[in-house]
Amino acid sequence: MLEVRELTQRFGGITALENVSFTARKGEITGVIGPNGAGKTTLFNIITGIYIQTSGSVHLNGEDISRVPAEKLAARGLVRTFQNIELFGNMSVLENVMLGLHTRSSSGIFSCMTKMPWHLKEEKSIRQQAFEWLEFSGITDLAGQKAANLPFGKGRLLEIARAMAVNPSIMLMDEPAAGLNNSETHMLAALIRKIRDRGVTVVMVEHDMELVMDICDRILVLNLGRMLAEGSPREIQENPAVVAAYLGEG
Amino acid sequence: MRNVNVEIIKFLVLTLLVLVLPVVVHEGYLLNVLVFVGIHSILALALNLLLGYAGQISLGHAGFFGLGAYISGVLTATYSFNPWLAMLIAAAVVTFIAFAVGFPILKLKGHYLAMATLGLGIIIYIVFNEAVDLTGGPSGLSGIPNLRIGAFTFDTDIRNYYLIWTFALVAIGLSLNLVHSRIGRALRAIHDSEVAARVIGVNARLLKVQIFALSAALSAVAGSLYAHTMTFVAPASFGFNFSVELVTMVIIGGLASIYGSLLGAALLTVLPELLRAFQDYDIIVYGLLLILMTMFLPGGLAKGFPQAASYWRTKFRRGPSSDA
Repeated sequence: MLEVRELTQRFGGITALENVSFTARKGEITGVIGPNGAGKTTLFNIITGIYIQTSGSVHLNGEDISRVPAEKLAARGLVRTFQNIELFGNMSVLENVMLGLHTRSSSGIFSCMTKMPWHLKEEKSIRQQAFEWLEFSGITDLAGQKAANLPFGKGRLLEIARAMAVNPSIMLMDEPAAGLNNSETHMLAALIRKIRDRGVTVVMVEHDMELVMDICDRILVLNLGRMLAEGSPREIQENPAVVAAYLGEG
Repeated sequence: MRNVNVEIIKFLVLTLLVLVLPVVVHEGYLLNVLVFVGIHSILALALNLLLGYAGQISLGHAGFFGLGAYISGVLTATYSFNPWLAMLIAAAVVTFIAFAVGFPILKLKGHYLAMATLGLGIIIYIVFNEAVDLTGGPSGLSGIPNLRIGAFTFDTDIRNYYLIWTFALVAIGLSLNLVHSRIGRALRAIHDSEVAARVIGVNARLLKVQIFALSAALSAVAGSLYAHTMTFVAPASFGFNFSVELVTMVIIGGLASIYGSLLGAALLTVLPELLRAFQDYDIIVYGLLLILMTMFLPGGLAKGFPQAASYWRTKFRRGPSSDA
């Protein structure tokens, strides 16, 4: 469960977020929508430890994670995917997913250099689990390919497989459908549901309204850094303030 | 698991080559060149772990090499330490220094990191020159004893050859294991996308410092070996030029390639010797060759040859008809 309390972020004189609070519950998909400049990406960057907020706090399963640096969050069960896909391009698809298991393995430099038995055992288990996540995302056949050579849609699936390998309790997705065609978006929707059904809390920023209305359990609408509305897809669609923000106030 | 077998075969072939090479090459001068190839291979390997895998530049590695050589040299020549113990102390001290320096400077990136490591190298070089009481200053430090095991002393070219190459092979073996492990993957991940690496839980900052320290320690061991085989050290061997030469070895050999480090070290050690035929023009020919190689083999020797081969194959297959 992810809880955001009264989050405010100012950059110099500009207020990017003001007093934003919401809760993303376990086993639910929460959508964050809003016009460009609404503060969605800023919100993600604060939650994932890339920015530190001006005020307010973020809680993961009851623990305050407001000041935990990005690299420590994965071990606590929080992962994210990026709008423009951040893959390790020079490495194979399998190796990318094996990196997702980094926090779940512990061999140090010396046991790696000397191939200690426990390290070899760990390596074998990492490889095996990585294959399971490739299968989960349906890209097992690409295991040996160089990640940089993947088409965008497959790269998205790989990024999700890698994030799932971290064994997260919450996954933040920044515009997962951006750059995908229709059939790829359908596959993505099925995959995100599969992730939710494993008990992972999903929070996603997305512009594809059809996708958002289709799979989200709750939706948070931001506009100009403030919360405009929060509710079920149906409530949001019928909310006059939201309609005005999207269609322009006349 | 096929890849694992290929790795083992490659390593065995190299070991065999190292073992039998002195049967063909047994003249003192040539053996001495091979000793240098060995020392430079360890250094290029050390730098490649940092530069090729983790993607962090260092223009100060000659300094760590020199520290290894001088700590070993001073402890044995002046204070009569056992040379093996001196080597261990040198590696430990340099590891400590690298950790202390690494935490602040590895926060820097790109050109700024290059400048910081360059400065570090220059400071170390100045200490070698100026701490005359300890180091002998510009005229150097002599009387460093050879390494020995019981009554067996490494005091001939052939003995030094096997000594150095035993160390080089061990370093290559350990590095191969490292780069094919979770740590190696994490290093390459930092190189490709530091932000993505951090988000999946790779502690990029700590790992960069650790690999910097490992790289420095390995360079110090090479320095220690150098001091005990040459029995004399002078500051000129550890200046800025040599740091640049090490970076050149890594790039010419192939970034992120263990065997590439070996090829780069071999080429840059042997080439100047071969070019003596050009007498005064050798430095020009040397420079030209390096330019041509970076132009036509941008992935370095290790990756460049297969690349170049496939390039010419496709070019040949298309042939002149492709113009039509």
